[in-house]
Amino acid sequence: MTEAPGEGGGAPPGGAPRAENVARLEGVGLSYGKTRALDAITLDLPAGRMVGLIGPDGVGKSSLLSLVAGARKVQQGRIEVLGGDIADATHRRLTCPRIAYMPQGLGRNLYPTLSVFENIDFFARLFGQGREERERRIGELLKATGLDPFPDRPAGNLSGGMKQKLGLCCALIHDPDLLILDEPTTGVDPLSRRQFWELIGEIRRERPGMSVVVATAYMEEAQGFDWLVAMDGGHVLATGTPAQLLESTGAANLDAAFIALLPEEKRRGHKAVVIPPRPADGKEEFAIEAEHLTMRFGDFTAVDDVSFRIPRGEIFGFLGSNGCGKTTTMKMLTGLLPASEGTARLFGREVDPNDIEVRRRVGYMSQAFSLYTELTVRQNLDLHARLFRMAPEAIPGRIEEMARRFGLTHIMDTLPDALPLGIRQRLSLAVAMIHAPDILILDEPTSGVDPVARDGFWQMLSDLSRKDNVTIFVSTHFMNEAELCDRISLMHAGRVLVSDTPKAIVGKRAAATLEEAFIGYLQEAIGASAAPPSPTPGAAGELAPAPAPAAAGRARFDLRRMLAYSRREALELQRDPIRATLALLGTVILMFVVGYGINLDVENLTFAVLDRDDTTLSHDYTQQIAGSRYFIEKPPLRDYGDLDKRMREGDISLAIEIPPNFARDVSRGRTVEVGAWIDGAMPTRGETVRGYVEGMHAQWLTQKARELYGDAATIGDFTIALRYRYNPGIESLIAMVPAVIPLLLMMIPAMLAVLSVVREKELGSIINFYVTPVTRMEFLLGKQLPYVALASLNFLMLVAFAIYVFKVPLTGSFAALSAAALLYVFAATALGLLLSTFMRSQIAAIFGTALITLIPTVQFSGMIDPVSSLQGAGAFIGHIYPASYFVTIARGTFSKGLGFEELGSAFIPLLLAGPILLALSAALLRKQAD
Amino acid sequence: MRAANVLQLGIKELRGLLRDPMLLILIVYSFTVSIYTASTAMPETLNRASISIVDEDRSPVASRIVTAFYPPYFTVPKLITASQMDRRMDSGLDTFALDIPPNFQRDLLAGRAPTIQLNVDATRMSQAFSGGGYVQSIVSGEVNEFLNRYRGETEVPVELTLRTRFNQELNKSWFGAVTNVISSITMLSIILTGAALIREREHGTIEHLLVMPVTPVEIMLGKIWSMGLVVFIATTVSLILIVQGALKVPINGSLTLFLMGTALHLFATTSMGIFLATVAGSMPQFGLLLMLVLLPLQVLSGATTPRESMPQIIQDIMAFAPNTHFVILAQSILFRGAGLTVVWPQFLALLAIGGALFFLSLRRFRRFLR
Repeated sequence: MTEAPGEGGGAPPGGAPRAENVARLEGVGLSYGKTRALDAITLDLPAGRMVGLIGPDGVGKSSLLSLVAGARKVQQGRIEVLGGDIADATHRRLTCPRIAYMPQGLGRNLYPTLSVFENIDFFARLFGQGREERERRIGELLKATGLDPFPDRPAGNLSGGMKQKLGLCCALIHDPDLLILDEPTTGVDPLSRRQFWELIGEIRRERPGMSVVVATAYMEEAQGFDWLVAMDGGHVLATGTPAQLLESTGAANLDAAFIALLPEEKRRGHKAVVIPPRPADGKEEFAIEAEHLTMRFGDFTAVDDVSFRIPRGEIFGFLGSNGCGKTTTMKMLTGLLPASEGTARLFGREVDPNDIEVRRRVGYMSQAFSLYTELTVRQNLDLHARLFRMAPEAIPGRIEEMARRFGLTHIMDTLPDALPLGIRQRLSLAVAMIHAPDILILDEPTSGVDPVARDGFWQMLSDLSRKDNVTIFVSTHFMNEAELCDRISLMHAGRVLVSDTPKAIVGKRAAATLEEAFIGYLQEAIGASAAPPSPTPGAAGELAPAPAPAAAGRARFDLRRMLAYSRREALELQRDPIRATLALLGTVILMFVVGYGINLDVENLTFAVLDRDDTTLSHDYTQQIAGSRYFIEKPPLRDYGDLDKRMREGDISLAIEIPPNFARDVSRGRTVEVGAWIDGAMPTRGETVRGYVEGMHAQWLTQKARELYGDAATIGDFTIALRYRYNPGIESLIAMVPAVIPLLLMMIPAMLAVLSVVREKELGSIINFYVTPVTRMEFLLGKQLPYVALASLNFLMLVAFAIYVFKVPLTGSFAALSAAALLYVFAATALGLLLSTFMRSQIAAIFGTALITLIPTVQFSGMIDPVSSLQGAGAFIGHIYPASYFVTIARGTFSKGLGFEELGSAFIPLLLAGPILLALSAALLRKQAD
Repeated sequence: MRAANVLQLGIKELRGLLRDPMLLILIVYSFTVSIYTASTAMPETLNRASISIVDEDRSPVASRIVTAFYPPYFTVPKLITASQMDRRMDSGLDTFALDIPPNFQRDLLAGRAPTIQLNVDATRMSQAFSGGGYVQSIVSGEVNEFLNRYRGETEVPVELTLRTRFNQELNKSWFGAVTNVISSITMLSIILTGAALIREREHGTIEHLLVMPVTPVEIMLGKIWSMGLVVFIATTVSLILIVQGALKVPINGSLTLFLMGTALHLFATTSMGIFLATVAGSMPQFGLLLMLVLLPLQVLSGATTPRESMPQIIQDIMAFAPNTHFVILAQSILFRGAGLTVVWPQFLALLAIGGALFFLSLRRFRRFLR
């Protein structure tokens, strides 16, 4: 199945001359926290060969590859790659254009919303290729991989096999001398897998100098490699050609050879899986029945008229290429998805998503590991046991039993993330089994699990089926597993091609193996619908090594690479129109809401009078207040008790008490006291009320003085002319709208920028930054630019709204305002980038950004209280926060008619903020994983 | 619905939270340092209002006026010339500029009613309003005292005795502290529930839950009680240690009653978090939506500026926001010492809003799971 490599050319371990080695490792060690991933590895990888790393999951294969690729920081030891120390940043910068690294996981380093062409194009740009060169190379690669019919399909919609081919295209775009592939075919169906290796073979024939290092869990693939490194527990067990390994262990195949190489305690207990035949009792009870199941998503029919019946206790295998509808069928059986047409029955009862009882009889294990990584093994088991309503007293016993049965006893208090995939899959199965279900539905349970663990897993399935009469419905890509099933169904493009026992299927096609039979069926089905995407021989021949672009990897700052990131970010933004719309439309709505809502001109205050005098004069006094536009009079107060009660209820904000004999005392010139009680619960309001009352009192006094004393009172008469400048109408809108623009242009761009980076961290595509020649500054600036552009557009919209909708006149220089806005959004996005260097999870990033933008802009930036009046830490923040200065400039240009000259002093901090924040981000950003 | 499932699902959420140290740090920060900083930064009444004076008279009465302005209400006034005044105000250096005209004292005594000009930067509205009144009364007071030596009794003998209740010194940090607690409560409860739900979907664990005998109501309630509890505990600790302890804010009313109100508010905001998560397709969209919701909640709930001064339409819309009622409730209970007999309408409103949000998000949540 794999391209036959040149026979016997493997260099003996350690014996190869130095120049022949593409990488040399000396005493390399690596730890994740307390877990030791690699320990004292000394190894030479021969150049120009196809080198395979084999071994179970979690033995350090991926860690080793990421170290060699320079994606991870070297902790211990020395690694020389392509003739230099990979720990040396300069060497990394110079050699990374010669290395290509394809990380583990289907399309983990691809961008799902970008098309096939755009994905490759992005990588080509990162390596500084010109337009013509890019188009030529992409064309050739697409043709060679058979992806040429769908250059415009989004990567997220590709099947697993196609994703891997696309990943290969991206890796090969710059003619690497060293190609590193981490489990490239895990989770890929046999046909695609075969095509993938044929493709690698083609490419190697054309570029014989290229070294390829592959990690794989498929021993039959490793069989065809030139040179193998068998690893276990962070150590190298053995190295050599496949033939040498077989010879030294005396095993018939690599699977057996590997098991023989394992230390004694790991080998113990392993034996080949034998599943006894099912007892043929007469009465057949059907556990699962599907009749004409059909599932449509819009126009797309994912599952088309699928029918089968599975008797109780049978192991039923489900095979098919990626994306053929297996998972969808399983979801319909579990009730996760309601079928568009047809019926599914479990134990004769129709599947009903609301039927809780049926769910208790089913155990489901989904394709991806979907247990809670934040809970320990025991906590996961316990949670599921309780959710399945097991009797609480039975739970500890059952958990112990499961732990023993699935070999989890020693890791009960470990977090799943710290466990190798194989053990995690066992945990998943234990969880699915905890409530002793009658049916197990398993979606690719052994994808990415090594042979030893897989055998153990199937032994368990066998026991469950034969001893406990559990019906097992399982999907798989492994042919040796399919052979273990009682019956299998082959599925393609939503339809079942054939359903029978494995032997009968092989017989029907007159094929030698099940794999051949399977591929035969698939090719027949594909041939009926479309031309097979088989690589055209010779197509790869055009991939002649082009002269290496001189610029790539050399320049410290390359505009083209930066723009590659900008372009990609812009494309992603364009593919997610909701995000851009939210950013643009949302700010306008917010401006509207906040502009109208914040009204500092306090009005409609409630007050009531406790008038113990009740004369014309006392009425005159209260009328002064009641008549103003600020106050609304409420029914009079009866006594102090009433005053207290109504103020406590918040019914009145002000109470006036006029003493008995008020009028008489005033006329006799005796000093009287008018009492005013103000509700101080909300200080700003209390403050305003106090100001109003004092003012009105003074006014009343002057008025009365004139009436009483006539001209004598005019001596010393003077007026204070109040001029409200910049906002003569004292309208809140004029004061607030210019201040809301800085607020919005801080929050939204910072949030977008921080998530653009943290998202890459969480979803894995950050790896492209680690292993391509992009520098930190190029990466940061490239990410920033589209958001600066979006925010600038946003700024223009907000200003237009302010002027034309809110009618807030722009009296000063528009140029000054725009220049300040540009500097400001640059600083705001840089602040987001700085935050992103600290955050790993998107939740923390969202929370952190909300904290660091919302409070300082609303409270410390002079939007309501001027910065000069703040105190303590808030004053400090106000002085260094860029929003403070943009508020000054926005108000200056909008209301005060100012321009560059007058506002110069506010520009300086804005000019500094962006570069300082960006430089800090660059300093804190890591170019390698820790 | 089974209580045991709800309990188990909630415990799972709590365990998950414990594994995210960065998030825990942020929670602690937002309920301690952030509240303390924001509250102490708030100017008490009128604080350090910047003023400069153009003294073109240089008479005794003018110097009386100049010396009447001093910290903490005002900055020490800068004596400037008329030509400097515009420039200083333009660049935002001064909020107030007082211009005492030439021959002010002479004209005053001659009964010619001279005019002092007070320029106010009206773009700084909070200071412009309260400060303007202060400046006027200070100037009047000084002039009057000066005049008392020159003229007979012409005063009307009415004195105004102002008493401020519940917060005698109108200390803004008291109210500010509570406001900041409220913002933190709202922000955190929405983020914790909403983002946790999106994360479950992005990591595929939600699907796993759905094949088990648990219902959407149970999943939702599990998130609501657990995340609500975290915020509830943080609130209680923050009120006792930071608000009452470090900031020394006297609490007049019953803390227990307020915490009961907090629980109701949390019911509403956690439901809102789930609702937003079902609307947002991805984390970035959720982040943006969050900003769009949080800002109006904070600014228009009546915590920043008095609610009664807002346009009627905004008041009406904000009546549907839980924060509005929670802010009223907080003011009433914590400062005015009101009891349940006073705040029951707010309790009822919170319950109604919470209930409506819960059922709305439950409906969306069911569809979201499809």
